[in-house]
Amino acid sequence: MEERWSTEHILSLAPDAASRAAAGPFSAPAAWSAVGSADGTVWGLCAGSGGAPYRTVVELTGPAYQCSCPSRKSPCKHALGLLLLWSRQPQAVPDGGTSADWAANGAAGRQRAARGPADPVAARRRAERRAARVADGARELRLRLADRVRQGLAGAAGDWDEVAARMVDAQAPGLAARVRELATLPSEEQLAGYALLDLLAAAYQRVDELPGALAATVRSRVGFSIDSAELLAGPTVRDRWLALGCRERVEGPLTSRRLWLRGARSGRQAVLLDYDRPGQPAELALPVGHSMEAELAFHPGVRPLRAVLGPRQDTPVPTPGPPRGRTVAEAVADYGEAVAEDPWTDAWPVPLAEVVPVRGPDGWLLTDDQGALPVGEVDSTALWRLVAVAEGRPLTVFGECGHRGFTPVTVWDRTGRAIDLSLRGAA
Amino acid sequence: MNSGLNSGMTGDYWADLQSTALLGTDRRALPQADGSAAAVAAAATVDRSDPATALLELAALAVVRRRAGLLPPPAARPEQPPPADPRPELPEPAARRLTALLAGRAGGGALANLTELLPQWLATARERGYRPPAAQVPALLEAARARSELRGDVVVLVGPLGRRLAEQNPDWRYLMRTTGVDGPAGADRVWQEGLFAERVTQLTRLRRRDPAAGLALLAGTWPAERAEDRLLFLDALQEGLGPADEPFLEAALGDRSKNVRATAAELLSTLPGSALGHRMAERALAAVRLTPDGTLLVEPPTSCDASLQRDGIPPKSPTGRGEQAWWLGEILAATPLTAWTTAFGRSPAQLLALPVVDAASGGDQWRDELREAWARAAVRQGDADWARVLLGPAPRRARSAGIAGSPAKLLAVLPPAERAAWTAAFLRVNGPGEAFQLLGACATPWTPPLSTAVVAALERAAAAGSYPWNHSGVLGLTERSLAPATAPAVAALAADAAPDTAWAETFGRLAGTLRFRAEMLAELEP
Repeated sequence: MEERWSTEHILSLAPDAASRAAAGPFSAPAAWSAVGSADGTVWGLCAGSGGAPYRTVVELTGPAYQCSCPSRKSPCKHALGLLLLWSRQPQAVPDGGTSADWAANGAAGRQRAARGPADPVAARRRAERRAARVADGARELRLRLADRVRQGLAGAAGDWDEVAARMVDAQAPGLAARVRELATLPSEEQLAGYALLDLLAAAYQRVDELPGALAATVRSRVGFSIDSAELLAGPTVRDRWLALGCRERVEGPLTSRRLWLRGARSGRQAVLLDYDRPGQPAELALPVGHSMEAELAFHPGVRPLRAVLGPRQDTPVPTPGPPRGRTVAEAVADYGEAVAEDPWTDAWPVPLAEVVPVRGPDGWLLTDDQGALPVGEVDSTALWRLVAVAEGRPLTVFGECGHRGFTPVTVWDRTGRAIDLSLRGAA
Repeated sequence: MNSGLNSGMTGDYWADLQSTALLGTDRRALPQADGSAAAVAAAATVDRSDPATALLELAALAVVRRRAGLLPPPAARPEQPPPADPRPELPEPAARRLTALLAGRAGGGALANLTELLPQWLATARERGYRPPAAQVPALLEAARARSELRGDVVVLVGPLGRRLAEQNPDWRYLMRTTGVDGPAGADRVWQEGLFAERVTQLTRLRRRDPAAGLALLAGTWPAERAEDRLLFLDALQEGLGPADEPFLEAALGDRSKNVRATAAELLSTLPGSALGHRMAERALAAVRLTPDGTLLVEPPTSCDASLQRDGIPPKSPTGRGEQAWWLGEILAATPLTAWTTAFGRSPAQLLALPVVDAASGGDQWRDELREAWARAAVRQGDADWARVLLGPAPRRARSAGIAGSPAKLLAVLPPAERAAWTAAFLRVNGPGEAFQLLGACATPWTPPLSTAVVAALERAAAAGSYPWNHSGVLGLTERSLAPATAPAVAALAADAAPDTAWAETFGRLAGTLRFRAEMLAELEP
């Protein structure tokens, strides 16, 4: 079976934000009158506003896109939507069918030779080909970064969009996302961004020499994804998982949702990442402050955090009371340890015990008896909810601690009630 | 790294790396490694054959070192927590409802305007003495920032916590101006420095509590205020108006601004026993006499002399009415109604029944003029006896009724129960469109008979083939004001209406809103 790409990967292919947003409606089965996947291609018939339906074909190894719609963007919204559907609803785009004649002809001037639908040799060859392309991309990226540093970052702002597009072509969506991020970093963080990106590309060039866990971290940071089913087939961690916090972000046509968990018995932390599907509720329906018995499979890495949820064990039950928290000093040290192992860690999840929000001269701080943490990126609604709930008294606050400060996500009030600081969560 | 977290290393080396990167390694040499022995040793392993690559690797080492070695700044001292709030917290369903109201979404089913229901929720919650959950206080403050009409209730609801937050967030400073006036110093500051609307609010509030203090506040800055401000401040004196205000108002009759003079005169005319009232009564009784045979003989004034002008009557009608009719109307409208009953010894009903004759021509052209002026006087003076007689029984046809003045204004003078009864009677024989202003004058929630009459009138309007959007005003009032017990009748209407028609949708929405309102009020029951 062809490895189905991750949602992040597909979103990184979009030529611009508008296409990302426009792809949303086409990622639902209803938009397509016929879809299929075979021989490394995904194809679909999309009823347009009238007349003949658009014929969309994506050749996965290019990737190369064809669509009979008039859009000049490539991939167009139909191709992106089709890929999202293929990635997220495998049952809607079954594997191994015979491709429609037009798809076979259209997709593949280059690709006449029929391949078996589940040919392990071919799959390995494709994997090797991808690894080589990513390595090419990493080499090129390092040259580009070094060029910029040679001429000076103060010079003309380079066209990072073009470099990001190259990384997408090289099938390294993780590198592409970090390249795009360079353009948004404040000037004092520019050098750090360049250096860590160069470090990641350099690490990938030597990925085969790295210890297994670190190699896995590098691969996932570069943009290789691992299928959930494959993860769940491996070792899992069974525990009573308490939902510590949840954050939603709009990413193009989709809303991503991060759900942070902590195991009651193991004390392990985990984060589940999910995307909502058009017209369908998100899969992760564990409200903050609830817990359930479940098995998680962790993505491999030096500090396994991201996980996938195994078959559920029971229904979530409310679990009042704050989790055991860390002092401010411990939280900062936790982040330091995470960075020491995985240098690309921007922030590490941690519940802070007994902290009070205080207005400092440069913004809000969360302080305990020993130290204070500046409140980092947070929207003002969440910040003021936190300040209001605290009423100037110490409380447990869960959030992410990183080099930009602490981003609060959940607070437990004096009655032990968990309060989601995002707008979505009602009190 | 401007976060305020401290790295354990000297900043110079990092700053050197940054300036080399900014200028470019073509123009600036790599800096000397610095820091602990381990750090220097690690830096020494970097291959320097390509300075650009070397800089990136040195920077990577330094960044990871900095981030891994961050230390928190020293503890900060929290402020004193706000004073305790002894009120009971909102019941949970009511708190959830508030979230929906503030977000403007009702969850499930097409619903009408939630923004119209929020004020009712706030007023009820405030009345019941609830404290909102702390997490909702910011959203309440934000809502009242955008909608100033909510502030009165929100200021009370958010309590001491809200005041603390308003001290900390400049966006919510309005709260300080609305509540930070408890002490005399605060009141004075708002009055001296506040925005115009805040000053008006301040004056009105003070008048409600202590009319004399309000007057003193206004008198203190009066000469320095702009004419258009003076006008509205003067209007605020209506609150708590009493004999003590008369000297100030008399002085205002000599104001530079014509509109200020007119407003002062109007206030004085409503002040029982005022000198202006006496002067007007004299003029009125000179213009309208009762003959022994029971006729009202009208001899309108022939000029608008200086004293009349000083008492607030401009020589020219702003709408271009005939001079004599204008002067007469203005004089009668400013005359205390008791002057007539006292002078002529007859009741309002008897007076209204008398024939009205022009002294010179014997014509009856002044009849309507007289009723019109009395109606205005009844509204100004809040005289229910006169208003009741002037309104008469609810008329069959609204337009041909010949009710003097504005029926809605006269209605507002009557006690609530009487208002509702009169409007219900009016609705039984008139369409909902004609009753819009009358309904607006009725107290909410509407009485059950009035509610029934409104629903019946809407049903007739639907049956008669008019469109719901012709009645959007009345429908909006109905959402907010209909008696909860009448909601099932609306639901029945929704069920009976021909499906997929505009009225079916309208009644459906109305029923949904009424259900929502009933639930929301029930949740706030103690």
